Amino acid sequence: MRPILMKGHERPLTFLKYNRDGDLLFSCAKDHTPTVWFADNGERLGTYRGHNGAVWCCDVSRDSTRLITGSADQSAKLWDVQTGTPLFTFNFDSPARAVDFSVGDKLSVITTDPFMGLSSAIHVKRIAADPDDQIGESVLVLKGPQGRINRAVWGPLNRTIISAGEDAVVRIWDTETGKLLQENDKDVGHKKTITSLAKSTDASHFLTGSLDKSAKLWDSMSLTLIKTYVTERPVNAVAMSPLLNHVVLGGGQDASSVTTTDHRAGKFEAKFYDKILQEEIGGVKGHFGPINALAFNPDGKSFSSGGEDGYVRLHHFDSDYFKIPSI
Amino acid sequence: MLSYLNRSLYCNPSFPLAIIQNPQSTCTSSQISNAAMVMDTLGNAPAQKPRWGELEEEDDGSDYDFLLPPKQVIGPDEHGLKKVIEYKFNDEGNRVKITTTTRVRKLANARLSKRAVERRSWAKFGDAVHEDVGARLTMVSTEEIIFERPRAPGTKAEDSNASGDPLAQMSKGGAVLMVCRTCGKKGDHWTSKCPYKDLAQPSETFVENPNPSDLPATGASGATKGGAYVPPTMRAGAVRPTAGADMRRRNDENSVRVNNLSEDTREPDLLELFRPFGSVSRVYVAMDQKTGTSRGFGFVNFVRREDGERAIAKLNGYGYDNLILSVEWAAPRAN
Repeated sequence: MRPILMKGHERPLTFLKYNRDGDLLFSCAKDHTPTVWFADNGERLGTYRGHNGAVWCCDVSRDSTRLITGSADQSAKLWDVQTGTPLFTFNFDSPARAVDFSVGDKLSVITTDPFMGLSSAIHVKRIAADPDDQIGESVLVLKGPQGRINRAVWGPLNRTIISAGEDAVVRIWDTETGKLLQENDKDVGHKKTITSLAKSTDASHFLTGSLDKSAKLWDSMSLTLIKTYVTERPVNAVAMSPLLNHVVLGGGQDASSVTTTDHRAGKFEAKFYDKILQEEIGGVKGHFGPINALAFNPDGKSFSSGGEDGYVRLHHFDSDYFKIPSI
Repeated sequence: MLSYLNRSLYCNPSFPLAIIQNPQSTCTSSQISNAAMVMDTLGNAPAQKPRWGELEEEDDGSDYDFLLPPKQVIGPDEHGLKKVIEYKFNDEGNRVKITTTTRVRKLANARLSKRAVERRSWAKFGDAVHEDVGARLTMVSTEEIIFERPRAPGTKAEDSNASGDPLAQMSKGGAVLMVCRTCGKKGDHWTSKCPYKDLAQPSETFVENPNPSDLPATGASGATKGGAYVPPTMRAGAVRPTAGADMRRRNDENSVRVNNLSEDTREPDLLELFRPFGSVSRVYVAMDQKTGTSRGFGFVNFVRREDGERAIAKLNGYGYDNLILSVEWAAPRAN
């Protein structure tokens, strides 16, 4: 396949997200401008100007009208997707990190980092249909995890919030009461920072990727460990194919091995695994630096990866991808 | 036709006649007749020619585009190749034909929902507002990236033209079993690239001795881990001189030493460099065990001595990877 290379960001990529219809791709990077691209040919549509710090995460509403971004400038902003105008700014006392719209886009979860004595927290905000009615008050604030919370997402039917972070523990919180419902079993869980989390299309199971060079598949309701995928590299980004039973892991290189490997350009790869068999089925090379973001198009026929090198690579699969034998 | 021709020739006396010249034909002094031929064969003279008296007097005399044949577009053929043939006047006033060949390639089918189609026509915003065509933010990769299936160790790698990977290119040559002697792990790396290099016992002799002539000349590094190069006949367990060994010894007499190699030059690079001169039976790059880098020199054994001679003649002083190579016959070893 011929990937389309998009160099719109000067700094490493942090997150990639497709909209529900699969025609727009939103990219966030450590430069302060999230960008939106057309997902078929990679043409840039626009950029969202307004943040003053690295943008860590974004989410787009189902109708592709609203974009929410979390940034290290201690704010999360709500944008109009079409025009790029910032509609509202949620201010915090520490850098904002993960953001996620709920099913129905009426609520959003925003996590904040531990900062200057403040512990990390998960904020739930109500998103008003009319931006003029938007208020900045949190509906709910959850505290508890030590260390940074790298990802927080809504569980099935918005009943729960799932969070994962530096303490390598996956937690499930109740949305109504704010109580911690479950933590994952420590014996089978990750041993190092969980860097990434990806939900399945129906949110019944989710995948976490960690610096302990593995990714784990969990059940969203019971938090039981279903599968584990092992790699040789710390995992920075994970994605699940909405079409086939494939799981993609993207990662980096151990700091210790940097000097002893030779510099074959473009050798950082996104590794594909069979979701059920836990076996590696393929890899797509090309990035010049560790892969920090992965996203699948909702139609499952293309995916994109964002790297430390600032490039977004958009791949449309060839027909042989769909012919990989599986049970 | 002819009257038009006259107009063009006479309306501007300084008008270089070269313009009328058909680049393919040899047009000399008999301009008019040849030019007439040109116009006839081309048959492309525009129908509504401006009358010369009505033409704006342009000092540079450059507005004679009506003399040019129109642009031709040969649409995408079955390979997606599209040719656009344009004609222009260059600075000297000569007519030039510019052929642009592009490959139109369909990357994927995009089936857009109605809303998605609407979004396609949204105006650009933010930094994309002043996007000029030459921005080249979005480019199709020039390399074909394949979805690489994991290979069982030792099987031939598929043609991975994705990366200029010397190891991958090496295995292209034949089914090369990458066996590392140090860790015994197959298929991952050659002995010289073993991550556990320091654990290997440095030995003067080769314990296992595959015939050097059996080793594929594609640079299988039969080098010892520890110290000096020991010829196969001197190694432990070597078969005493037979015809085959004679050939081997002769090969070692055709040993060419290459100095001033760059740090990341390896056996396959030397093979690639010396192969044009003749059959190479063996390549070796001296490596520092502690750091894993090249010691800057290596040996290439040719089957025929004259190949080695030519190699020395040509490559001594040759610039390779930013360093000037020093290539000479290898001094006889201190046995």
